[in-house]
Amino acid sequence: MNTFLYIIKRILNAIPILFIVSLISFFLIRLSPIDPLAQMKLNPAISQETIDKETKRLALDKPIYIQYFRWAKNFISGNMGYCIDNIKVTTKLKPRILNTLLLSLSVISLSWIISIIAGVLGAVYYNSVYDKILSILTSAGMAIPSFFFAILMLLFAQKTGLFPIGGLTNVHFSQMNLFSKILDILWHLALPVFVLTTISLSSITRQMRANMLDVLDCEYIKFAIAKGLSKRKIIFKHALRNAINPIITMLGFEFAGLLSGAALTEYVFQYPGLGKLLLDAVMQSDINLIMAGLMIGTIMLIIGNLLADILLKLTDPRVGI
Amino acid sequence: MKFSEFYKKIKKDKVSHTALIVLILLYISILFADFFAVHPNNFSNRKLAYCPPSNIYILDKNNKFKKPYTYNYTKTFNKDTLNIEYKQDRTKKYNIKFLSKGYEYKILGLIKCNLHLIVPDKGCELFLLGTDINGCDVYSRLFFGGQVSLTIGFLALLISFPIGAIYGGISGYLGGITDKVLMRIAEAIMSIPSFYLLIILASILPSNLTSKQSFALITAILAFIGWAGFSRVIRGMVLSIKNQDYIKAIETIGASKKRIIIKHILPQTSSYIIIALTLSVPSYILAESGLSFLGLGIQLPEASWGNMLREAQEFANIIYRPRLLMPGFLIFIAVLSFNVLGDKIRDILDPKSLK
Repeated sequence: MNTFLYIIKRILNAIPILFIVSLISFFLIRLSPIDPLAQMKLNPAISQETIDKETKRLALDKPIYIQYFRWAKNFISGNMGYCIDNIKVTTKLKPRILNTLLLSLSVISLSWIISIIAGVLGAVYYNSVYDKILSILTSAGMAIPSFFFAILMLLFAQKTGLFPIGGLTNVHFSQMNLFSKILDILWHLALPVFVLTTISLSSITRQMRANMLDVLDCEYIKFAIAKGLSKRKIIFKHALRNAINPIITMLGFEFAGLLSGAALTEYVFQYPGLGKLLLDAVMQSDINLIMAGLMIGTIMLIIGNLLADILLKLTDPRVGI
Repeated sequence: MKFSEFYKKIKKDKVSHTALIVLILLYISILFADFFAVHPNNFSNRKLAYCPPSNIYILDKNNKFKKPYTYNYTKTFNKDTLNIEYKQDRTKKYNIKFLSKGYEYKILGLIKCNLHLIVPDKGCELFLLGTDINGCDVYSRLFFGGQVSLTIGFLALLISFPIGAIYGGISGYLGGITDKVLMRIAEAIMSIPSFYLLIILASILPSNLTSKQSFALITAILAFIGWAGFSRVIRGMVLSIKNQDYIKAIETIGASKKRIIIKHILPQTSSYIIIALTLSVPSYILAESGLSFLGLGIQLPEASWGNMLREAQEFANIIYRPRLLMPGFLIFIAVLSFNVLGDKIRDILDPKSLK
C-alpha cells in the first residue's frame, strides 16, 4: 500500500513539471522569429486548405495564450498536426520512438550488467592492476565525445567491412524472413549500441566502484568477514545489495544523458531514432515536429525517472518522497 | 587551504599532475595562438583545398644536414582518373625559420607583436597538417579553434554558477511555497533532454549575427541548460546548513535574508562549487563541440574544434584524410585532463570521498 501511494504521489508530481515544460517549449518556439507555417506555404504540394486547417488548428489568428491552450488540448488528444512534408506528425514519431527505445534499452541493460560486474571487481580488487586499467579505461570513456567515437567506429566498419555503415535495416529488409530480419537489425544496432554503451558504462562503473568501496568499509561487512562467511556470499549477498541503490537513482540521469548522447550518435550513424528526427526537424524548422519531439522526449525522460524511483522504492523501502 | 599546499597535493599524484600540466600547456597555446600559428586566423586559399601536409626535409640530395626546408604543392587535374592531384614542386626550395618575424598580430587583442614560432620563407605555402575544404591551414586553426572551444565552457560556467547558486540558496533558505515553485521550474528544465533543448535553442537564433554575437549567445544557451541541476544540489546543501546554530544566531541579530544567503550560507558551499566547476567544464566543452559539429554552434569562418570536425561528416575525408580528425583527439585530451584533475580536487577538498 505504501509503495502504491508513493507511486501515485510521484505521478502527481510529474504533472506540474510536464505543464512547465510544455510552457517553456511552446513559448520558446512561438516567440522565435520563425513563421510556423512558412515551410508549408512554400511547398506547392500542400494545398491552401491544409494551410487554412493548420492555421485554425493552431489558432494562429488568435492571441498567444489561446494558441497555447489550443496546442495543449490538441497535444493531449493526440493531434499533433502535420510535418512540412504533409505527413502526420504522429505517423512519423511512432517508429522513431520505438527505434530510440530499442537503442536506449539495449544500451542501458548492457551497460548495467557490465558496469555492475566491472565496478564490483574494481572495488574487490582495489588498487590492483585490474583496478588501475579499469580507471584508465573509464576515464577515457567519459572523455571521448560521442560523435567522435561514432566517427571512429564508422571508420573501423569501413576498413574491416564487418559492420554495416549506418541505418537500421538492409535494403532487402522487406524480403527477409523473420529470423534474418532480427539478425539484420541486431547487426545494424551493434555499432551504435557499442558507442553509447562505452560512454554510459564509464560513469556507472566509477559510481558502482565507489559505492562498493564505501559499503565494503562498513562495520557489518567486517563483522561478516570475522564471522567467517565466504567472500562470494559477503560480496553478493551483503555488500552488493546496499551498493546498488545509488546506481538505481542514476538510472534516471543515465536515461537523460542517453537521449542526448543518442541524438549525436544517431546522427552520425544515420540511425532512424527520435534524436535524428528532431535534428532534421530543427534543420528544416519544422515547428510541429520540433514541439512534438521535444514533448515526447521529455515525457520519455520523466517516465524513465519515474521507473527508476519506483525501482528504488521497491529495493529500498526507506525511501520516502 | 593555501594554494601552495593544494599544489603540493596535486604534485604528489603523477596522473593528476600530468593532467594539470597538459591543461596549462593547452591554455598557453591558445593564449598565444598567433605565436604558434603559421597562418593568420582568416587565412584561406581556396585554390588549395584539401592540400596534403607539407613534408619537411632536413637532409639534402647528398644526405647532408641542412636547415629545415620544404616544397610547395601544385594542383593538377588528372583527366584519366578525374581526380585532383597534388604534386610537390621541386624547383623551388623554401627554408623554414624558427622564432622569427611573420605577420603582425595582437596578444589578447592588446599587445602588438610579430614574433612566430615557425616562419616559412615568403611565398611558401606551409601546411603542417594540410588544408581543409576551404583551403584553411588545419594546423593554425587548431589553435584558433581551441580559443573558442576551451573558453566557452568557462564563460558559460561564469554565468550559470552564480545563477544556480543564488537560485538554489533562495529556494533552500526560504522554503515553503517558494521552494516548491522554484524547484518545480528547475526540475522542468532538467526534465527536457538537454541536447534536444540545446539544438532547439541554437536553431532559433537569428542567422544574421556577427561571430562575436553568436559566440555570446551560444555561451548563454549553454549556461541556461546548466544552471538547473546545479541549483538543486546547492538547495540540498542549504537545507542542511540553514539549521545550524550560527545561522540561527545571525537571524537573531536581525540580518536580512539576502545577507544571510549570500554572506553566510553560500560561502559554506564553496568547496562543492569548486569541485562542480572543474567537473562540469568538460560537459560544456563536449556540448559546444557537439553543437558546432552539427553546424548549429560556432559558424564558419570562425574556427572551433567542433566545427572543424564537421569535415569528418564527409565519408571520403575520414578514409582519405584522417588528419582532419585531429580536433577530436584534442577535445578528448582536454576533457580527460579536466576529469582527472576534477577528481583529484574532489579528493583533496572532500576527504570523505577519498578512498
